[in-house]
Amino acid sequence: MMDTKLNGPLPAKPSRWPFYFFLIGLFAIVLISAIYIGANPLTFIQNSDNMVDLFVRMFPPAWSYIATTTPAMLETIRMALLGTTIGMVFSIPIMFLCARNIFRLRWLVELSRIGLNVLRTIPDLLLAAIFAAILGFSPLAGIVALSIFSIGIIAKLSFEAIENIDNGPLESMTAVGANKLQWIAFGVVPQILPHFVSYVLYTFEINIRAAAILGLVGAGGIGVFYDRALGFFAYDQVLALILYTLVVVIIIDLISLKIREKLL
Amino acid sequence: MSQRDQLKKARARKRGKIAIILIGLIAIYVWAISGIEFRGIQETAGPVTKNILKGFISPDWSYVYSPDGEDLIRGLLETLAIAIAGIFLSIILAVPVGLWAAKNLSKSFITSQSGKGVLSFFRTLPDIILALLFIKVVGPGAFAGMLALGIGAMGMLGKLYAEEVEAMDPGPVESIAAVGGNKLQQLAFGVIPQVLPGFISATLYRFEINMRSAATLGLIGAGGVGTALIFAIQGRSWDRVGIILIGIVVVVLIVDLLSSALRKRIT
Amino acid sequence: MIELNDVSKVYSNGVKGLEDVNLKINKGEFVSIVGLSGAGKSTLLRSINRLIDISSGDIKIDEKSITSASEKQLRMIRRDIGMIFQSFNLVKRSSVLRNVLSGRVAYNNTLRTLLNLFPQKDVDLALKALERVNILDKAYTRSSELSGGQQQRVSIARTLAQEAKIILADEPTASLDPVTTKQVMDDLKKINTEDDVTVIINLHFVDLAKEYSTRIIGLQAGKVVFDGTPEEATSEVFEEIYGRSLKEDELLGEENL
Repeated sequence: MMDTKLNGPLPAKPSRWPFYFFLIGLFAIVLISAIYIGANPLTFIQNSDNMVDLFVRMFPPAWSYIATTTPAMLETIRMALLGTTIGMVFSIPIMFLCARNIFRLRWLVELSRIGLNVLRTIPDLLLAAIFAAILGFSPLAGIVALSIFSIGIIAKLSFEAIENIDNGPLESMTAVGANKLQWIAFGVVPQILPHFVSYVLYTFEINIRAAAILGLVGAGGIGVFYDRALGFFAYDQVLALILYTLVVVIIIDLISLKIREKLL
Repeated sequence: MSQRDQLKKARARKRGKIAIILIGLIAIYVWAISGIEFRGIQETAGPVTKNILKGFISPDWSYVYSPDGEDLIRGLLETLAIAIAGIFLSIILAVPVGLWAAKNLSKSFITSQSGKGVLSFFRTLPDIILALLFIKVVGPGAFAGMLALGIGAMGMLGKLYAEEVEAMDPGPVESIAAVGGNKLQQLAFGVIPQVLPGFISATLYRFEINMRSAATLGLIGAGGVGTALIFAIQGRSWDRVGIILIGIVVVVLIVDLLSSALRKRIT
Repeated sequence: MIELNDVSKVYSNGVKGLEDVNLKINKGEFVSIVGLSGAGKSTLLRSINRLIDISSGDIKIDEKSITSASEKQLRMIRRDIGMIFQSFNLVKRSSVLRNVLSGRVAYNNTLRTLLNLFPQKDVDLALKALERVNILDKAYTRSSELSGGQQQRVSIARTLAQEAKIILADEPTASLDPVTTKQVMDDLKKINTEDDVTVIINLHFVDLAKEYSTRIIGLQAGKVVFDGTPEEATSEVFEEIYGRSLKEDELLGEENL
């Protein structure tokens, strides 16, 4: 082994304490959170036979339930489709208002953005619960909730795409003396259209998943059946529902992905 | 054939294509709209909407804090605690599964593909459905919500982690192998330091989603501020609904801002 | 001593990496491997510490076969072989010291290394190694803040801390400028003579090979086509290895050295 005596001075070793304190603080927060909500691993272990029981009773899945729930599944798809469409229509003005390179009025742009960010904080299920209270327990509540939810996604993604467009066509539109609407129609729209359609499809994928659970708060679709099956402890039906939803989601994802690949 | 004829043909073909797409779209929408049952809007819709708007304008400020019993702050804190404890659980679960699913860490294609399969299965399970199932296991309350978020977020986090690992530089791992380090040492010295910032960023991103999810869990009895919201809705106390929604928006906005500021600093 | 007996390597896509290579490299030699890119230089080097599994033949390190070694034996053999890469392969976010200490992982039990609890003598060894390559002052700096030449010296320090008996260097100077190239080569030569460490190095610049090595091996399409002293390696020999006369960029140039 070589001689390890150093000839020069050792550089100052940086203290690790700030890092350790940070870690300890983080763990303290997690621990306090866990205690606050009464997360007791023992409860989980003591009730693990419940879980085993739940799993055992899931098999075999109640395949016949698929036929029973198909009308509700179709309703779910309809809700997602209409919700996405309405959301898309309302996103169009909002996304232009939020893009810094379209409108020069700073206060208008910033105000729109704050509005959009606030809108994005409200989860889909909460919207559905409120609209179910207003409009009654019907798919209409789900459609309205999904529409508002879609605006948050489509407008956000689209205004970011608008801010990244090529400036050249915009300048040439200004140069030929176009008014604001013409300027948007000929300079902006052709550039973002493929992105926009792609985001709409992406939102549709998300909305299918969302629509499948809205029924839990009475806003239509297949979610109602989850509530029903769980209420009767019919876990084989629950599994059938889960698998059914999974297959539908995957099929729609695949179709949507194919179209999106073609677009971009 | 003259050039003009060719152009005409091309245009005709393009128009045909557009026409087919349009007809397809119209058919889909006819199917969608005709199938929705419009049971008519409740007569109460008008007054209820008015009341909700009134509730937003003059929310029930007294509900924010009350020294004894249920109040907004406690509900929001519980929501935050569910999101934090849940993300911790999903980190513990997602790190091993994410490493398992990363194709550059395993020798065989089947290994990583099976890991990816597990992750995509969990990703398609909605948090709410998981919460309903966990309520059956541990009873209603925040613990069920935390377990649901922990398992639910695992699918997404694991996928993001795996992608991060797949994008890393293989060189440092090779150099640890070359000095005789075993698999665990290769992970600790070659992989983890490289992917840590990406892991943290992905975790923060998922935490933002967890906050929103945690706010809804109470709707089905899995704890958090959603419980108070569903009671307020059922009890038609719209001023309370107003203050709860304001509370959710404020807390989620703050978490979003902090998280995105942190993410920008890390990467 | 390193022995290669009838070593061949065929990649899964059918490309021949090495063909019937027979070599004996003695302790303390400074061997340069030259040849066109794709001639199998990297394959040869990576076969020696089994980062690449060979298709047939046998490689022995100090009488022990690395080809048929078990996982654990392989790690013990690798512990004594340092490796230096063209792209440095440091963990850029980790400190210089941690990168050097990573050369000691195979000496310690796994749990200890995972918790970053290296024995004090390992830390001393790592610091001394850094001093020997003149970057002790950077010990606690993030590796990403170092220049290319400094990063390469960190990887040399790692092989020193590793107390390697053999150093394999895969084009260690390819991403460096002429001045730092010379510093890195000098460092390697110093370790070679002072510590009696065997150095096997892939080189792109043939004049560097002639200046530093005690032995030059020429590879062409996976076969050894030349094996001799730098004096024997005349320009005619290089023309044969490369199948043509040397190009400008294969010479570092006298004025740079």
